[in-house]
Amino acid sequence: MYLHADNLDDTADIARAIADLLRTGDVVVLAGEMGTGKTAFTQAAATALGIAEPVTSPTFNLVHTYRGGTLTLHHVDLYRLSRTDEIEDLAIDELARTGAVFVEWGDVGDDIIGDHLEVRIAVGESDDQRDFALRSVGRRWDARWDKLRSALSVHTVDEWGNP
Amino acid sequence: MTQFGTVTDATVVLGIETSCDETAAAIVMGGTDVLSSVVSSQIDIHAKFGGVVPEIASRAHLELIRPVVAEALGTAHIHHERIDAVAVTVGPGLIGALLVGVAAAKATAFALDVPLIGVNHLEAHLYAALLDDPNLEFPAVVLLVSGGNTLLLFMDGPGSYRLLGATIDDAAGEAFDKVARFLDLGYPGGPAVDLAAQRGDPRAIEFPRAMLHDGLDFSFSGLKTAVMNHVRKHPDVSSDDVAAGFQAAVVDVLVTKLLRAARETSARSVVLGGGVAANSLLRSEVERLAAAEGFRVALPSRAMCTDNAAMIAAAGWYRLRDHGPSQLDIGAVPNLSLVADTVRTNRAASHRDRR
Repeated sequence: MYLHADNLDDTADIARAIADLLRTGDVVVLAGEMGTGKTAFTQAAATALGIAEPVTSPTFNLVHTYRGGTLTLHHVDLYRLSRTDEIEDLAIDELARTGAVFVEWGDVGDDIIGDHLEVRIAVGESDDQRDFALRSVGRRWDARWDKLRSALSVHTVDEWGNP
Repeated sequence: MTQFGTVTDATVVLGIETSCDETAAAIVMGGTDVLSSVVSSQIDIHAKFGGVVPEIASRAHLELIRPVVAEALGTAHIHHERIDAVAVTVGPGLIGALLVGVAAAKATAFALDVPLIGVNHLEAHLYAALLDDPNLEFPAVVLLVSGGNTLLLFMDGPGSYRLLGATIDDAAGEAFDKVARFLDLGYPGGPAVDLAAQRGDPRAIEFPRAMLHDGLDFSFSGLKTAVMNHVRKHPDVSSDDVAAGFQAAVVDVLVTKLLRAARETSARSVVLGGGVAANSLLRSEVERLAAAEGFRVALPSRAMCTDNAAMIAAAGWYRLRDHGPSQLDIGAVPNLSLVADTVRTNRAASHRDRR
């Protein structure tokens, strides 16, 4: 599924649509170059989950956990990790047992992370525009895919970016 | 202070720190006298991986903890029976990493039959300045800037502090690290940007100063993105000028807010802590501007600014003196927050006062 955001409000709207469908056990992998807004996207999802605490970048601390929303949110960052055994040490599947997990730079650990929703973000033509590619790996999102598609219909574009 | 004896200037505390990348142990006497401080710094290994840290795994701490503690005892020239208490970081940090230190500290405290003290890693950073300058004048405002944190704290004295402001997105050190990687300046990112900035013109590019006049919180995510957007649009720009402009923007925000906090709280001293406190521009600007306004300035050495176990032992000494030991069944608390911990500590203190 391809999406286009014209501004930060559109991006927040996309994050909210995903957050509204989240359940315990979900893993959302955030991919995209530095500065595309992976943390900002997670912040918008956290707000939608009713998390009041400020969501800050987990790059150095590797895992931040936020309770107090409708769902516990584990915010993970693989930016500083390279080897598979290090990513395994973070035990993403165990974190998922108690909430939803958002994994920044998660594409580097794609093969060890189980079923997940991949959100790939790229900067658009202007600084505030973003292009999104959503992909479900495994079957976990199958039953929710149509709901997600209809919730995001106003932002949907084809793979060449046309509405 | 009966069940664990009197805490004095001769009380020797073994500090253990394994909350993130470093395995560290230290021996500190009387809360301020550092007999040894050993940090298993892996900078050479980091450099090979271009900023990626291969040592976060708990198994690395597990391999290093025994030799590091032994080295701390050896350097201090003391026998383990001379240890009066064991202090250990219980959070915040990675659960697997924290557990190694906590288990080692518990085993040591149990074997030696001495008190165990759980310490908040962030609180411990506040004691680092006291280790370098025991005559630090309170109240003080502390700017704690590292890869994982950017915090402004008001400190009345040891053990008494409150949060004034924090980053709402990226930590300042993280911005340094990511900009260094983006500009291909090398690792570690902080010193690499510092060096490049000395060759560049800080006024060549005007980068945004987010929330400069707005409260005591910080935001560095937009600055990081602005640097990247600028370089993408001007591929021929001088990396040195970008580094200089970026560093000037970060330091401007940090120093402006540190001094505003000091003015607003009528502090006597301003204190730097955390890895970014080693930045040469930050140090010189704080020294110049704080001194001009009549504040005392405490700039701990780089060894004390970055993660170490001496500050854990020092924090442990004060905590043991003022609040007594922790239970032997304390666990690691990955999400331990500074403020919640302060509230708990203060509650425990007022509870005891009533008795």
